Amino acid sequence: MARLLAILNTTAARLSALYLLLFAVCATVLVIYMTSLSARMIVSQTRDAINEEVRGLDRAYQRGGLPFLVRVVEARARQPGANLYLLADANGRILSGNVESLQPGILDAPGWTERPFTYTRFGESEQRLNAPPNARHEAMAVVFRLPNQIIVLVGRDLGEPEKFRGVMQRALVVTLAIMSLGALLIWYFVGRRALKRIDRVSAASRRIMAGDLSGRLPISSAGDEFDRLSDNLNKMLDRIAALNEGLRQVSDNIAHDLKTPLTRLRNRAEAALAGKQKTADYREALERTIAESDQLIRTFNAILMISRLEAGYSAETTSRIDLQAIVADVVELYEPAAEEEGVMLVARADMPLELQGNRELIGQALSNIVDNAIKYSAGSGEAPRVEVSLEKAGGEVRLSVRDNGPGVPPQDRDRVTERFVRLEESRTQPGSGLGLSLAKAVMTFHGGRLEFADNDPGLAVAMVFPAGAFMRKS
Amino acid sequence: MKILVIEDDREAADYLKNALTEAGHTADVARDGDSGFSMAETGSYDIYVIDRMLPRRDGLSIITELRKGGNETPALILSALGEVDDRVTGLRAGGDDYLTKPYAFSELLARIEVLKRRAGAKEIETVYRVGDLELDRLSHTVRRSGQEIALQPREFRLLEYMMRHAGQVVTRTMLLENVWDYHFDPQTNVIDVHISRLRGKIEKGFEKPLLHTVRGAGYMLKD
Repeated sequence: MARLLAILNTTAARLSALYLLLFAVCATVLVIYMTSLSARMIVSQTRDAINEEVRGLDRAYQRGGLPFLVRVVEARARQPGANLYLLADANGRILSGNVESLQPGILDAPGWTERPFTYTRFGESEQRLNAPPNARHEAMAVVFRLPNQIIVLVGRDLGEPEKFRGVMQRALVVTLAIMSLGALLIWYFVGRRALKRIDRVSAASRRIMAGDLSGRLPISSAGDEFDRLSDNLNKMLDRIAALNEGLRQVSDNIAHDLKTPLTRLRNRAEAALAGKQKTADYREALERTIAESDQLIRTFNAILMISRLEAGYSAETTSRIDLQAIVADVVELYEPAAEEEGVMLVARADMPLELQGNRELIGQALSNIVDNAIKYSAGSGEAPRVEVSLEKAGGEVRLSVRDNGPGVPPQDRDRVTERFVRLEESRTQPGSGLGLSLAKAVMTFHGGRLEFADNDPGLAVAMVFPAGAFMRKS
Repeated sequence: MKILVIEDDREAADYLKNALTEAGHTADVARDGDSGFSMAETGSYDIYVIDRMLPRRDGLSIITELRKGGNETPALILSALGEVDDRVTGLRAGGDDYLTKPYAFSELLARIEVLKRRAGAKEIETVYRVGDLELDRLSHTVRRSGQEIALQPREFRLLEYMMRHAGQVVTRTMLLENVWDYHFDPQTNVIDVHISRLRGKIEKGFEKPLLHTVRGAGYMLKD
């Protein structure tokens, strides 16, 4: 019972009830309209036929007078399925025809009968003796008097249109009954099916809520709105799981990556405390501690930033930016530092390229790459040179930084964007080992990628933005 | 300078109070959002230093509420959040500057001084003067002892910023923020090289140095 109530309470049930009601109203209106239309048509046909008869009788009377008329009437009245014919004298006494009796008062008013009247034919009274009064025939007729006061009635039985109306009404009732039954069945099956699927989805979501985050909602092969909904919810769950995983990784990374420098920091402080030292030594130890914590903070911020970028893109943090302007900014920012290192830093970006992005992040990523390029090309070869170029190729925008330094062997190129990976083992160059990881995260954030290639000699790093992300300045 | 520090962490608050006092300022401390707001409303302070996440009432809503009441005292927001757009949210809420924790005290102090000065100087001068150095913002010319010095546009903006805050410490991040409009941490010494270039141009051939390095903090332009 509760199950039935649940089905009745579904959207499908409510909708089919509404449709049923609407359809029933439409069907009823249609049937009523059709019956009245056909009834009117039958009546007008009947009238035409009677008029024709009357004209015939009139002609017979003109030709042969009353005796001929009586003969014609009797001849016509005997035909099977004939019309009604009746001749009566001025007092209404029936003289001839096929009508045995009829509703009183009909013969008194000449012209068309105003409404259908009842009558009995000859030869029917015996059979119909026991019939209820409404089983008597109904007819419509025209009544007129001949000059010698004889009353003539010509009419037609209305059984046919009445029967037609009855058939229509029965059809309507049967149709409505079948429709209601069908709707009830559909109700039941659709409702039960929907309910079953909802139950399955509820059960799956309860399992997920209970902690099984890898669980997903069931999807049938139907591909209907339930499946679309489940699919979207599953995608949402995937995203949540990814975020969750990202969060877990951040904490793991932070724990792992910061423990080492923290331990170093602590050891240094301990070493400073141990043994007799001069004030200047304490001072130096403190200054080194501060410098080291600054580096720690920087590392920490970078890890946090990378993790947040990896967690995903949010439209609020982006706006229309011009890559050419960013290239100009960064090159201008690094140009003196490069010159100091004996590196020639040049920009080749001659067209404005607008895209949807975060200027701050792209600026920082480009700075990191340029910084690396300057650092590693400095002091290598004859004329160290770093070139920053902005091109559009194959629908993509490539922001490349090329140097002619030692480069990166192909087998190591994937590793350079991993956190804390620094290829030179001695670690003589300053840096946290996070610069390229951050650049990669920034590119992922923008839906693009970071590519490494041989510049022969040197390394070419390209920030590749996807085709959809940019728009040429008009 | 009278400073209101709204910070819930006792140690951080005490440290700030001591360090600010040592730097020659007076500092009051509020330990939660509600008392911080009422102190800000009733007391007269030159600067607010407000932590973003506070018990009872968060830092941004304090600033928004104060600004609604017509209080224009400069506010510096301290935040442990470092989202890409947190700074924007903070400044939009009515904050005047934004510093991400953990920070160096020298950085905080430098920013406080600059904020105070900005609040004091209502009218914008067209010519800045430090000693015999003169910068005309309208004609974009720089002269020292009447002798014109040719600067690149960025060097001009760098000098302009330094001269506007003459006598105050400006940090490397402040320069990157205000002259280049980027807020990331410059990894290497890029700003230092720009400064030394500028220094070369404005001091070469003159006896008296104007652009001083403040150890562990940044730079200062002074006579």
